[in-house]
Amino acid sequence: MAEKTIESFQVKRIDILDEKGDVDESLMPSLSDSDIRKIYELLLLARTFDQRSLNLQREGRLGTYPSILGQEASQIGSAFALKKSDWVFPSYRELGVYITLGYPLHMIFQYWGLDEKGLKTPDDLNIFPLCIPVGTQVPHAAGAAMAAKYKKDKIAVITYFGDGGTSTGDFHEGLNMAGVFKLPVVFICQNNHWAISLPREKQSASKTLAQKAYAYGIEGIQVDGNDVFAVYKATGYALNKAKAGEGPTFIECVTYRISDHTTADDASRYRSKEELEMWKAKDPILRLRLFMEKKGLWTMEYQKDVEDKALSMVDEAVKIAESIEHPHPEEMFNYIYEKLTPRQTKELKDF
Amino acid sequence: MPKLNMVQAINLALKEEMSRDSRVVVLGEDVGKDGGVFRITESLYDEFGPERLIDTPLSESGIIGTAIGMAVYGLRPVAEIQFMGFIYSAFDQIFSHAARIRYRSRGRYTCPIVIRTPYGAGVKALELHSESTEAFFCHMPGIKVVVPSTPYHAKGLLISSIRDPDPVIFLEATRLYRLIKEDVPEGEYTIPLGKARIVQEGNDITIISWGSMLHRTLQAVEGYDAEVIDLMTLNPFDEETMLNSVKKTGRVVIVHEAPKTCGFGAELSATIAEEAILYLKSPIIRVTGYDVVIPLPKLEDYYLPSVVRIRKALEEVMKY
Repeated sequence: MAEKTIESFQVKRIDILDEKGDVDESLMPSLSDSDIRKIYELLLLARTFDQRSLNLQREGRLGTYPSILGQEASQIGSAFALKKSDWVFPSYRELGVYITLGYPLHMIFQYWGLDEKGLKTPDDLNIFPLCIPVGTQVPHAAGAAMAAKYKKDKIAVITYFGDGGTSTGDFHEGLNMAGVFKLPVVFICQNNHWAISLPREKQSASKTLAQKAYAYGIEGIQVDGNDVFAVYKATGYALNKAKAGEGPTFIECVTYRISDHTTADDASRYRSKEELEMWKAKDPILRLRLFMEKKGLWTMEYQKDVEDKALSMVDEAVKIAESIEHPHPEEMFNYIYEKLTPRQTKELKDF
Repeated sequence: MPKLNMVQAINLALKEEMSRDSRVVVLGEDVGKDGGVFRITESLYDEFGPERLIDTPLSESGIIGTAIGMAVYGLRPVAEIQFMGFIYSAFDQIFSHAARIRYRSRGRYTCPIVIRTPYGAGVKALELHSESTEAFFCHMPGIKVVVPSTPYHAKGLLISSIRDPDPVIFLEATRLYRLIKEDVPEGEYTIPLGKARIVQEGNDITIISWGSMLHRTLQAVEGYDAEVIDLMTLNPFDEETMLNSVKKTGRVVIVHEAPKTCGFGAELSATIAEEAILYLKSPIIRVTGYDVVIPLPKLEDYYLPSVVRIRKALEEVMKY
């Protein structure tokens, strides 16, 4: 008889860019100055879009909206590592991913303005319609990856979910599939600390969410989710690994949901101002700006240009979205099946 | 022409479709090396290998969720759920995703999956191995529900289901798997979805059934001038064939093994009431399972509609 340790694991954590805008040069991913500017512009565009959405919702011009405020680096840092040929299975709080991949902005407004047609992904992108039931997109990513592997396509699949998603059954079933079949998937978990009113520590007794991956034979990494360089680097590593046939990776981006869960929520009912203020100080955009300033990549004039450009893009998108004709009731019947059923054909006569 | 039972006919359909179309893959529990617990996929693993006969972990929601991802990517997955009683953990995937992918993406993505699963009582099975809950899936716009009643129809309907551009739940009556052998041609033939078949023509009563109950129905109608309809596709169902028959006979009996309340017979009955009530000579009678949990086999013969119960319904409608 003997007692011994037969398995152990370590969870790597990556931090590159700190709150003062200093970087660990030894870990810095290779990004050109123009890439860095591009990332900064995407971060600002996402924030501008997000703020406009909140305003439009208050004015009754959008439906209930889930803000990404505070999570921009996790979304843009990861999506910036993607190629257009890669497949994306997002949750509903993924504005930054959509914007980075070049999804038409007016269609995002159209969707949150409560018209499904905004979910019709343009042909040059492979973004699956954002997922509403939490965690249920995870097995889809495994399936698409299994299909890509079968067809020998050199692509990777990425899926996004939050800390709440890790408690669902489909999270388990999807990761298990990916582990067993060594599929080319990257799991991005944005741990934003709150699943509506439930704090992270009540979501799971695991010290990290990244360590959950090891139960499925998958590598798990934790990164500072407000550090766009760390997120980009970890995602790039995971995508390359997937495309090389070396299997899936789970990346926990530790970030924070600065806004309410959605515009229908009031987070002041369940969380402290102190916590919120602490996280506001870790703002992902501010720290990149400080870094760029030190590198001579940022000036007041540049800031104004970027802001103006973002504002005009958002203005234009709102204008287009609001000029789209109200859908015809007939459109309810389209796309349920490839062809209308005889009963649907009769029902359609009501219109 | 070979005489095959339903297991062999389904196996043949899978084999031919997999040979014809490299996008067709099969996934599920024990479907590979083992050939499935009912041997439906026997020998396919040897022919097509582990990439196309995928033995998955024990994970119903994962199986359907994975199949959805594969379908969206461009494959034609056929997923097996080992027994209908285990499909419920995949409900969210079927209802929230498979059924509405085409709609939500406005046709950019589609979900051509087939979910095959054995259903029904009458084989002395364990708890939750005898379910007949087809009505759940008929209440999901975007999903098709197909139930073959013979080996010949199983093959043709399965081929059509695999080629169908929308998600199909394909229900195989365990009681029929090895009960009947009939001529099943090799090579492709399809039976269209959404169409019922008139098994025998008649003038006095229309009797509608599907799957395993069709065979009891056929025994029960001996001596009556009854028109027997095998619905074959429950959603979308063939209203036209049913209503034409009802208009001719004026009397209707519906037979299914699921519980009566909200069973699919309720939909048929309501449709007849809406569309053909003025042709009716008698009340519509449903002969169904009772509104109880499907019992273990010591009581299942009392639960299932019997020939005697069906004959009683026929006598009743003929009083008018």
